[in-house]
Amino acid sequence: MAQVALRNIVKTFDRTPAVQGIDLDIADREFVVLVGPSGCGKSTTLRMIAGLEEVTSGDIYIGDQIVNDVPPKDRDIAMVFQNYALYPHMTVFENMSFGLRLKKFPKPEIKERVQVAARILDITELLDRRPKQLSGGQRQRVAMGRAIVRNPKVFLFDEPLSNLDAKLRVQMRTEIKKIHQKVTTTTVYVTHDQVEAMTLADRVVIMNAGRIDQIGTPYEVYHSPQTRFVAGFIGSPAMNMLPCRLVENGSGLSVRLSDWLSLPVPPSRVARYRPRVGSELTFGLRPEHIIEGRGEVPPGAAPFEARLDVVEPMGMETMVYFVVDGVEVCGRVNPAAAGAAGESMRLVADLNQMHLIDPRTELVI
Amino acid sequence: MTTATAEAAPSQGRLVRYSSISRGRRRTLYWSYFFLIVFVIFFLTPPVYMFITSLKSSAEISAATNPWWVYHPTLSNYIDLLTSNQYLIFFRNSALVSVCVVSLTMFISVLAAFSLARMKFWGSATLATGVFLTYLIPDTLLFIPLFKTFAFIHDKTGIELINHWWVLIILLPTLTVPFCTWIMIGYFASIPKELDEAALIDGAGYIQMLTRIFIPVALPGIIAATIFCFTVSWANFLYPLAFTTSADQLTLPVGIVTTLIRGDVYAWGQIMTGALLGAAPPLIIYAFLMDYYIAGLTAGATKG
Repeated sequence: MAQVALRNIVKTFDRTPAVQGIDLDIADREFVVLVGPSGCGKSTTLRMIAGLEEVTSGDIYIGDQIVNDVPPKDRDIAMVFQNYALYPHMTVFENMSFGLRLKKFPKPEIKERVQVAARILDITELLDRRPKQLSGGQRQRVAMGRAIVRNPKVFLFDEPLSNLDAKLRVQMRTEIKKIHQKVTTTTVYVTHDQVEAMTLADRVVIMNAGRIDQIGTPYEVYHSPQTRFVAGFIGSPAMNMLPCRLVENGSGLSVRLSDWLSLPVPPSRVARYRPRVGSELTFGLRPEHIIEGRGEVPPGAAPFEARLDVVEPMGMETMVYFVVDGVEVCGRVNPAAAGAAGESMRLVADLNQMHLIDPRTELVI
Repeated sequence: MTTATAEAAPSQGRLVRYSSISRGRRRTLYWSYFFLIVFVIFFLTPPVYMFITSLKSSAEISAATNPWWVYHPTLSNYIDLLTSNQYLIFFRNSALVSVCVVSLTMFISVLAAFSLARMKFWGSATLATGVFLTYLIPDTLLFIPLFKTFAFIHDKTGIELINHWWVLIILLPTLTVPFCTWIMIGYFASIPKELDEAALIDGAGYIQMLTRIFIPVALPGIIAATIFCFTVSWANFLYPLAFTTSADQLTLPVGIVTTLIRGDVYAWGQIMTGALLGAAPPLIIYAFLMDYYIAGLTAGATKG
């Protein structure tokens, strides 16, 4: 059990910067997910915590100790790899016990620990098999078992579900969450899948181009993104982003999106946005905050008419797309209320959920 | 596409006969068998001829009878050779040389390949290419400088390195080590990097990583290299010919040729018998190792 801390971590490969100054504090027993697109430095960060990559500058703490120069085996960590990395010539039991055998644990204790881990993972029957006789999901369990038996201070997961098919991935995701609830160990989990990040994490760390854009609970990063990247990365379908101009509208403000569409800023936001009046900004609103307009319009929401371009029924809801000044905008409406493509439809934008982004700094105002 | 061709297509479709997969497969098999039989005849005729000749007496060999048939079979060639002290010494020399060369080569090349494939150090890539280039130098060129070197060592230190069978243990690795290292680099490079990282995290050092992960996983490659190495050292003709001269220091291939050909008299029966008996150990070793040659041992290590 230990906390992990990164202090101004920099990593460059042959002068190409991979990680450009990261600060991160991970509490004891916390489940932290590093998420971001390929090449954002999340795997490199994990590998530096594991000791598989050297740190160019900065300090890594595990517990109270700086581990920069500590070899991986002495960091008391366990890692689960994307492609499982099971030893092909060993049985499941041997795979799981390899680390303990190297550390010369007494045989009865090894057996005991493997049995316990196998029971947690439900792989007791597989202990005598070799990796090639196992399915993808089973191999993944064994890889996790190998980590659990070591009873390490920190678990590191490097995209552990990417090689599984979609259905199994969802199943194993729940499994990992359950296991973390049973074996509460500090966990750092790397993924490019934002759904995995949201569902598993106590806190999500969103990385972009070698830097951390935002750290927060899944709720925070979803509802209060701090940068344009976070706003666009988290959520599916992605947040609608439109160029706009903030204009005076009587005593209030409104967001002018095009000649035919201006939306009033809710009174609660007016004070925050007033200094930006007249400037070109980016308006962001998630698809679920553009819904069908029926009955009374709630406070802070604004109704408007739009000509539907594409209609995508999903069953539970229907995605409607319309174009505002050449930019496609998506709304999520009740299937019963959705119009047909080419028709005009009355929609309501819930502006209490709107975001304004400064296009120069890419920061959310 | 125009309308005309679109309309013509269905009627054409009925005329085209598509061969089924099984028919295509059968035709492929016929051809495979044809070539396999040709190869079998090509490669097995000489040993069969040797075997037939080895069962004949010298008189029958020189007689103008059907060379493919034995009229008076005799084991005298076998008995003569296996009771001849000289032949057994050749055999012993060959066996000792081969076993030592194989052990030495595998020891050097597994360690070399592991370090070249995995421990990225300054110049490791150049060194790996260098190892391969060394292999490209033919032994017919290499033995002259080697001979000169040995003569030089003799002049300076007085150590006699020529005309001893054990000198071959130093000489033959010049041929086997580069090739075996090259094969092993390829094998080790094919082992997923995550496997050593997992071992590293599990607490293995480099030596443990090599002995407990790399060697077992790369066993098919190690066996292939061993077979190659044994063949080279067992069958090498040039080095023993150039570096050994006394009858008691010769290895099998050179020994048979130098002692069983007296002037212009060829003891064909014994030459054939000697060659056949000499070919037996590699054959036995191949047969034995093939059982352990479990291809695809790496399957299941990672996704796939």
